[in-house]
Amino acid sequence: MTTQVAETGHDDHAHGPAKGITRWLFTTNHKDIGSMYLIFSLIMLFIGGSMAFVIRAELFQPGLQLVEPNFFNQMITMHGLIMVFGAVMPAFVGLANWMIPLMIGAPDMALPRLNNLSFWILPFAFSMMMVTLFMDGGGPNFGWTFYAPLSTTYAPPSVTFFIFAIHMMGASSIMGAINVVVTIVNMRAPGMGYMKMPMFCWTWLITAFLLIAVMPVLAGVVTMMLMDIHFGTSFFDAGGGGDPVLFQHVFWFFGHPEVYIMILPSFGVVSQVIPTFARKKLFGYHSMVYAIIAIAVLSFVVWAHHMFTVGMPLAGELFFMYTTMLIAVPTGVKIFNWVSTMFKGSMTFETPMLYSIAFVILFTIGGLSGIMLALAPVDFVYHDTYFVVAHFHYVLVPGAIFGIFAAVYYWLPKWSGKMYDEGLAKFHFWVSFVGLNLTFFPMHFVGLAGMPRRIPDYPLQFADFNMIVSVGAFLFGTSQLIFVFILIKTLRSGKAAPQSPWESAEGLEWTIPSPAPYHTFATPPKVD
Amino acid sequence: MGTHQEYYVPQQSHWPIVAATGIFLTLGGLAMVLSDMRQNQDMGLSLGVFLVGSLVMAYMFAGWFGNVISESHEGLYSNQLTASFRKGMGWFIFSEVMFFAAFFGVLFYVRVLSIPWIGGEGDKGMAHMLWPDFAAQWPLLVNPDPEKFPSPDAIIDPWHIPLLNTILLVTSSFTLTFAHHALKAGNRAKIKLFMLVTLALGITFLGFQAYEYMEAYNHLNLTLETGVYASTFFLLTGFHGAHVTVGTIILLVVFVRVLKGHFTADNHFAFEAGAWYWHFVDVVWLMLFMLVYVF
Repeated sequence: MTTQVAETGHDDHAHGPAKGITRWLFTTNHKDIGSMYLIFSLIMLFIGGSMAFVIRAELFQPGLQLVEPNFFNQMITMHGLIMVFGAVMPAFVGLANWMIPLMIGAPDMALPRLNNLSFWILPFAFSMMMVTLFMDGGGPNFGWTFYAPLSTTYAPPSVTFFIFAIHMMGASSIMGAINVVVTIVNMRAPGMGYMKMPMFCWTWLITAFLLIAVMPVLAGVVTMMLMDIHFGTSFFDAGGGGDPVLFQHVFWFFGHPEVYIMILPSFGVVSQVIPTFARKKLFGYHSMVYAIIAIAVLSFVVWAHHMFTVGMPLAGELFFMYTTMLIAVPTGVKIFNWVSTMFKGSMTFETPMLYSIAFVILFTIGGLSGIMLALAPVDFVYHDTYFVVAHFHYVLVPGAIFGIFAAVYYWLPKWSGKMYDEGLAKFHFWVSFVGLNLTFFPMHFVGLAGMPRRIPDYPLQFADFNMIVSVGAFLFGTSQLIFVFILIKTLRSGKAAPQSPWESAEGLEWTIPSPAPYHTFATPPKVD
Repeated sequence: MGTHQEYYVPQQSHWPIVAATGIFLTLGGLAMVLSDMRQNQDMGLSLGVFLVGSLVMAYMFAGWFGNVISESHEGLYSNQLTASFRKGMGWFIFSEVMFFAAFFGVLFYVRVLSIPWIGGEGDKGMAHMLWPDFAAQWPLLVNPDPEKFPSPDAIIDPWHIPLLNTILLVTSSFTLTFAHHALKAGNRAKIKLFMLVTLALGITFLGFQAYEYMEAYNHLNLTLETGVYASTFFLLTGFHGAHVTVGTIILLVVFVRVLKGHFTADNHFAFEAGAWYWHFVDVVWLMLFMLVYVF
């Protein structure tokens, strides 16, 4: 009996992927699931991006030109929701799926079937969310933060579907995060202590912890919305003793850790890429780890800086202002370490490195505008203006998304066994770089001058800057087609990639052939 | 092979996609039912979708867990894989803790901050101008806007059914632990006895809880529509009750598996996972009893 079991075990690893559609529907393979996540996120990036096109086309000139204000609101809302839950988060989970088992020398994710479920919930959830756009009264039009009572008393009837779609995304994220934590805690190759783990694994471990901690809170807040809408409760209605501000507190208790969920894995990616192309070890590994942990801990006690203007007690304003400012310290440590890693390194500037350097510089700009916003007294001026829009796009686009691009270019040779076209990729980088700064930098100015966010029309004085922003947005959005072209070209006719295409890349993922075989590390490697 | 045990990675499984479809149909159907109710439409189709979804879910749970059980019996699972299950269950319970923590946070905010503010106390007492006649109190027996939200007549007395329920649930945690010790000692008669007692206690708890809800609705005018006291009361006790229901189903399945002789003294993870869940639900109840009923 036992021998038979051992033999089936061996057979399993001799297998390649199954044929046809069942390979994708029934798969338990972390590489397949990682690829599905990444492709899904790319599709969502384009859907969310096309909504941004609608927004920027309407705002190209003052006045109401192209779309109804209610439809504009739906585009604003869906753009945010799709980019956050559909593009950035699944892309990170895709990278985690592909890379964590390879980096820690595990045969697969710890719970492979659950892993498949985490992915396949997403297409269903996003179908449910996007179909609301075609329902009576339209889709969600209350902004991606869905503040009550806009999302309860004044919501379109389709809000019920939105609520259950959020429930499904949350369930998917929790399952995915449990899988990541268990994989990292339980599946590391012998000899790989926590303090020897690649930084990408560390950042994902902390991210997964944050996900497990706050996604249930999001589920809780949408559940209370559902109760208020359908069952007459008064959580967010002061007439019954509730409080609309309560919604914001619970939402941002989820929402603030959520923004670190959307940046920590990118921190991990650049911490892998920069040492490779600076040909130096990562400066201050331990302090990097402690900084991530500090950021994660602080992220639970800063949420109300999103709501300085709702009327909190002064003590609350001060507390949340100071804790928020504290986050600049561990973040500063990380930026210092990345710069110090590059200092006196033998640097080359392949595409992943370009994206990583742009990440460090532009994320710092987003971080500094964050410190401006953290100051409670002046936030009264900035609140709900385009300055806020500029701030969070500077941390999300060159932060989260450039991190993802860096990761894709860095590991694509490992995934596909082919090299991408370096010239085209550099072109993609430079067009994206120019496009994004053209889009988001002028938003600082219109915001400081008082242009409110989430409106389809604006006074004439903002016309010039808005036109520049729209041109930048069209450039940035269109240039992502180059990315798709590069991916297709690589897969179809890229040059064969060696096992380790980068000169001084370190890590277990470079000890296996390119493309990575369907099953890797069935027997764990020894790590010194 | 040496010291290393093979980590079992199943080739393929159709259960996840069945589960995803089931979740989609169940929740989509539920959303359709709720929308129909709100617009007073016929909800035959919606109920149908919901029902089909629920059946798919039941089929999936039976099939997926059955699959895992037979793999475990075939000896495919290494110690490392069992550790993955244990850690996975632990983190799942942590996510449940956070789910309830959010609701306890809501209770805290309403009681300690927002109701006193509407009543004119504290830093944001200016809110009193909304309803100048309103006086802050907890339990909230007169709502700020009684026309929109009729007030409850009374609240549940903690020292009758809730106290009894506390005793029932705490006792059930003990009897479940006795069953666990019996399992480790290999005493089958004792396992069965204590499992049955635990299940009986759990089901009695649920019965009392249902009776309490009926009392609240029929005699105390304590309903979902009567302001934030009732909202938090039903939210917290309702989700707790739902968890006790799930816990009871888990323990029922575990009991059937005990009868089938699935567990050995050193290999009975399903039993332990069910027990962890049960103890967690018990701890939540103790918090509820103190913070919702007593104080």
